[in-house]
Amino acid sequence: MESVALIPHLFRTEYSKIVTVLASRFGFDEIEIAEDIASETFFTAAQTWGINGVPPNATAWLYSVAKNKAKNYLQRDNLFANKITAELKSAASDETMEIDLSSQNINDSQLQMMFVVCHPAISPESQIALSLRILCGFGIEEIADAFLTSKENINKRLFRAKEKLREVKIKIEFPLHAEMDSRLSAVLTTIYLLFNEGYYSVSQNKTVRKELCLEAMRLCTMLVENKTTNKPQVNALLALMCFHASRFDARVDDEGELILYEDQDINLWNTGLINKGACFLNFASAGNNLSKYHLEAGIAYWNTRKADTNEKWEHILQLYNHLLQVAYSPIAALNRTYALSKAHSKQEAIIEAEKLNLIGNPFYFVLLGELYTGIDREKAETNFKTALSLSKTDANRTAIQKKINKL
Amino acid sequence: MLFRMDNTMQTPSPEQLEVYMKQYHDWVGGIAAQNKFSGGTGLSTEGRVLLPNNVVTDGPFAEIKEAIAGFITIKAKDFDEAVNLAKGCPMLKGEGNSVEVRKISGRHNKED
Repeated sequence: MESVALIPHLFRTEYSKIVTVLASRFGFDEIEIAEDIASETFFTAAQTWGINGVPPNATAWLYSVAKNKAKNYLQRDNLFANKITAELKSAASDETMEIDLSSQNINDSQLQMMFVVCHPAISPESQIALSLRILCGFGIEEIADAFLTSKENINKRLFRAKEKLREVKIKIEFPLHAEMDSRLSAVLTTIYLLFNEGYYSVSQNKTVRKELCLEAMRLCTMLVENKTTNKPQVNALLALMCFHASRFDARVDDEGELILYEDQDINLWNTGLINKGACFLNFASAGNNLSKYHLEAGIAYWNTRKADTNEKWEHILQLYNHLLQVAYSPIAALNRTYALSKAHSKQEAIIEAEKLNLIGNPFYFVLLGELYTGIDREKAETNFKTALSLSKTDANRTAIQKKINKL
Repeated sequence: MLFRMDNTMQTPSPEQLEVYMKQYHDWVGGIAAQNKFSGGTGLSTEGRVLLPNNVVTDGPFAEIKEAIAGFITIKAKDFDEAVNLAKGCPMLKGEGNSVEVRKISGRHNKED
């Protein structure tokens, strides 16, 4: 008899599947009904399994219960509608009451829901929150913890987002071919943000952070596995995430302190993930479009080669040169300058760094501190101290203090 | 910024070209890092030139040594800043090349 403690993980994956299938069936307007039915199903499961133990085919049990609850709802809804409309609905045959929980339909529903949830009509934070709730089956508390905010805020955010989507009369379907690229771009942005939340998150909860990354990768994998959405930039994004995730265990020690790249234990780098990433990067090279994900994946690939060769840094420099033209970001500008220092010289990089003028950004001063280390001790220290004063997390502050101590 | 190259000078060797390309990309990368890059367009070396009276010849202008090699668009607050950015262009190391800095006076963009 399996312990009831196994349920949370099962609930999370199956919650999302049940909600998306039901929502596809009822229409987005009734999404709360879909969520309620799913929640009730798990509540029933928790009660029954707590007494009788987990059934042999837990998933089938869940689906069976969910289907029955859904059928009841549809019948009640029909009866209600019949009382209002004079015309008789055509015999509500068993077929129209049927809920299709086949793996094909589950997959399609989830993909379609991805496009719904990552809709430009709602804010990026709302897209992520909705993704976590509906696509990933996260609980309100878990989402609140990931965003370092309250359950009330998350509930409000979700409520408003759903309202907004209803306003624009969103349909749960694949976008038209002509719109696919731009809608896909919105989905990829959300997945990327979700991954970053996990990777760079401020939340102390290491488990949740890792799960955010894994969820992002799972969603991206779904896109890759579907013919309609399997585009080069999707593969590039997946490659990028694989490369980053390969260092997950080496990045943070047991006390939650950040371990810098130079100090990481290579043995903790996940070679399986690195290889997977290389695979997807290969697939991404099909076609003519070079997206920013391609460039970032390329950079991430070179970062999986620890050796400090000039070749590596030249490649990284050129990739950043290109990336900055396509999609500027302060972090990319800083990383590019660092790559310049390794490929050419610190002196040259210092000149370029001074031009960046990213005052207010703690990492800018960390970079300056790094560049002046070994060249001008006083300037190095001043810059590190400025970085310290601007830093937002304990982990970062500890890392910077270590650099000051090393001077 | 418009880049003009002296066509009458010897074409650089492939290795030279690689070096120039890298220098060029590093220079543009530096501008992009400052968030001042708006776009770049290279131009083919062959082309056509139309003259009055329905004359069409192979181009670009063969008589004029300085053919436009391409142009990039940057963001600068005034000519001084733009000139400063242009000074780093590796093309200026070549005899007969020039970088012309002009201000965009108006843009007509196709509406999506």
